[in-house]
Amino acid sequence: MFESLGERLTGVFDRLTGRGVLSEKDVDEALREVRLALLEADVALPVVRDFIAKARERATGEAVVRSVRPADQVVKLVHDGLVEMLGGDDVQGLNLSTTPPTVILMAGLQGSGKTTTSAKLALRIQKMERRKVLMASLDTRRPAAMEQLATLGKQAEVETLPIVAGQSAPDIARRALQAARLGGFDVLILDTAGRTTLDEQMMGEAAEIARIASPHESLLVADALTGQDAVRTAKAFHERLALTGLILTRTDGDARGGAALSMRAVTGLPIKFLGAGEKIDALEVFDARRVAGRILGAGDVVALVEKAVAEVDHAQAEKMAAKLQKGQFDLDDLAAQLRQMQKMGGMQGLMGMLPGVQKVKKQIAESGMDDRVFRRQEAIIGSMTKLERRKPDVLNASRKRRVAIGAGVDVAEINRLLKQHRQMADMVKSMSKGGGKGFARMAQAMGGMMGGGPGGLPPGLTAPSNADLERLRALGGGQLPPGGGGLPGLPGMGGGGMPGLPGFPKKK
Amino acid sequence: MSDAPPDNGFIIAPIPGFGPKKSWTERLTKGLAKTSKEFTEQVTAVLTKRRLDQDALDELEEMLIEADLGPAAAARVAAAFGKARFGREADENEIKESLAEAIAAELRPHEARFDPLRGPKPYIVLFVGVNGSGKTTTLGKIAADLKGRGAKVLIAAGDTFRAAAVEQLSVWAARSDTPIITRPAGADAAGLVFDAAARARAEGFDVVLVDTAGRLQNKSALMDELAKIVRVLKKADPSAPHETLLVLDATVGRNALSQVEAFDRIAGVTGVVMTKLDGTARGGVLVPVAEASRAPIKLIGVGEGIDDLQPFDATAFARSLVGLPAR
Ligand SMILES: Nc1nc2c(ncn2[C@@H]2O[C@H](COP(=O)(O)OP(=O)(O)OP(=O)(O)O)[C@@H](O)[C@H]2O)c(=O)[nH]1
Ligand SMILES: [Mg+2]
Repeated sequence: MFESLGERLTGVFDRLTGRGVLSEKDVDEALREVRLALLEADVALPVVRDFIAKARERATGEAVVRSVRPADQVVKLVHDGLVEMLGGDDVQGLNLSTTPPTVILMAGLQGSGKTTTSAKLALRIQKMERRKVLMASLDTRRPAAMEQLATLGKQAEVETLPIVAGQSAPDIARRALQAARLGGFDVLILDTAGRTTLDEQMMGEAAEIARIASPHESLLVADALTGQDAVRTAKAFHERLALTGLILTRTDGDARGGAALSMRAVTGLPIKFLGAGEKIDALEVFDARRVAGRILGAGDVVALVEKAVAEVDHAQAEKMAAKLQKGQFDLDDLAAQLRQMQKMGGMQGLMGMLPGVQKVKKQIAESGMDDRVFRRQEAIIGSMTKLERRKPDVLNASRKRRVAIGAGVDVAEINRLLKQHRQMADMVKSMSKGGGKGFARMAQAMGGMMGGGPGGLPPGLTAPSNADLERLRALGGGQLPPGGGGLPGLPGMGGGGMPGLPGFPKKK
Repeated sequence: MSDAPPDNGFIIAPIPGFGPKKSWTERLTKGLAKTSKEFTEQVTAVLTKRRLDQDALDELEEMLIEADLGPAAAARVAAAFGKARFGREADENEIKESLAEAIAAELRPHEARFDPLRGPKPYIVLFVGVNGSGKTTTLGKIAADLKGRGAKVLIAAGDTFRAAAVEQLSVWAARSDTPIITRPAGADAAGLVFDAAARARAEGFDVVLVDTAGRLQNKSALMDELAKIVRVLKKADPSAPHETLLVLDATVGRNALSQVEAFDRIAGVTGVVMTKLDGTARGGVLVPVAEASRAPIKLIGVGEGIDDLQPFDATAFARSLVGLPAR
């Protein structure tokens, strides 16, 4: 729905490729886009302001790295800044007291997900830490809130405090503490009623519960879909409850989740967990890099890089790179690329991780293209003889018929594949003369081919040139194998990769 | 409507909001007054007794962003406001009046009534939205209101997924003394909804209120399930659902736009309800939501009590957002 920062910045920087230093004006213009991107990601305005000021300091005068587009350079800078602000690689778990019971207080607005998160946390502690957990609902307000926690407790096989009608929340807290002590529980989780921070009476009740229970952890449970209100809510709860951490729920939605940054910035508290589904095991440890990528709309770049590194067969990649550089690209090479694509999770997998693909996904779905196309094309190539794969020109009508029967497709589909291969082979040939630049051209040409669906594909996807690989490498902390002469060691993607994408059928 | 919650076997504390009924404008103003106080102070501090220049307008735009209008709508409203006032000295009230007017102008074309007693019978209302947005509570409030107006109402507990969802809705049904159709946890919601529609027709109910499980709009399996509910409902009554209310939480940010788009595509949203406007969330998100949605805004929730639901009124909403009394 919203443009990613990369897409925004590409526009800004298109004019200034090739200059040596980021001027103040360039930086200003870029930061205006950064500001908009952060606001569209629901980062609260005061936090955005702060962030931009810091980013300006860092960006001004920064040398333009030749091999990287300035847009990518700024994306990296912003990404790094976000990661840092979100707490970096420092992962903070729960502080479990050595003298049981450890008391964990869950607080938050109505409907933020406290009850479900209580059960998830209980399950996690009981399973991973092997501690005995008791849960108690102090929600005397919402109808059937206590029954909800009891039901979840049964599902998680975690004990819940028996429900006693008519008790006030502080009284239940006292009873829960006593039950935890007497029952030899290691951990007591207190789920509280949702409340708005303007409700003085309810905020007072929360403070009283905290006074009675003196919790080791007071966690604010907040919704990842939250907008600008995140700062006000986090601040208000922190003032009254002396929070120790944050949990962000509904991160399995499609919100950019800027609230994470807002709340972290305004409270300085660590985000400890992310809720990522309705099932009681859907609780994840916080990962600053992933959340930063989400906020930027940069896709799960880190995951893509890691996956690429894990899946790529380096020896094969080098062999292909050498061939490509000589200007050769036969059907065996195409088949290898198809396999690589599928290994990396197919279209869906790749699309899900690449930046700026939200729009593209829809177009691809509309064009009717999916991984079956790749598998069919692999089958076609698999039905050819060695000679046919090396020299597709020998494929006359009768050979094509034979292959068609073997692969279970129409001859027309074989012709389509051959035509696409022809175009790719031509490009590889012309590129081997043009060096790195040639690959960018190839990417562009491929963009045209991929644009079979309505509207074509946006530049972010159609030009996975050196710059994009650079970006991946930069963002992934240099984990990508370095590519030589514009030929990355990745047959499945990048310079030699996405261009190898064959056969996006025209919409019928 | 009774003044005390009926004994229904569930543990409930006294319900806030029970008691003498206040006029809705009074309640709206009260609910939103808290919200808008801080905001108004900010606006006034920036703009009072000074010439409205570009700097002041920029600051105003930022305040609107902080109220969740989003960068685009904030820019538009600020610009509209600037046109009317640019270069002039302005005092506090003038600023408020014209700012409210600028916001109201954005919202007015998207305001509509929710009137289930005026359509075909039984009038079937579907409540949809993401988890925890306030569907069940809103349904409960509406049931009580319709009962108070003498209507024959049936509640269908279509959330067969979430733990204790049926129990929660049963409490609301008891509060308004309304019959409720339930099925065990995990049962097929579409089947239940079909039965409810059939029973409502056979027994001459005026309105059927159908609760559904909360779902994130990017989960295609859950959205398919919602599509199925609509499909099955149409088998019982081709003109149903007569109303599909999308319930949005006022704290939601830009994702509201994605919610509106997806729920409309799957279930044909005919009205937006915004809940929790009694919190610090300012509800300015209604401006871009209204603009992006084909469906008008119909109701607002301003508390957890049975009375805390109000018809949406663009002018009153905009005025109370900036701290002006209703006219
Ligand atoms: N302050 C306030 N709280 C509200 C309002 N509307 C609903 N709530 C509260 O928000 C919480 C969630 O409301 P529900 O009605 O259970 O939401 P739901 O959409 O049915 O939730 P799920 O069925 O779990 O998806 C409850 O604690 C309600 O009391 C409102 O207008 N103001
Ligand atoms: Mg519900």
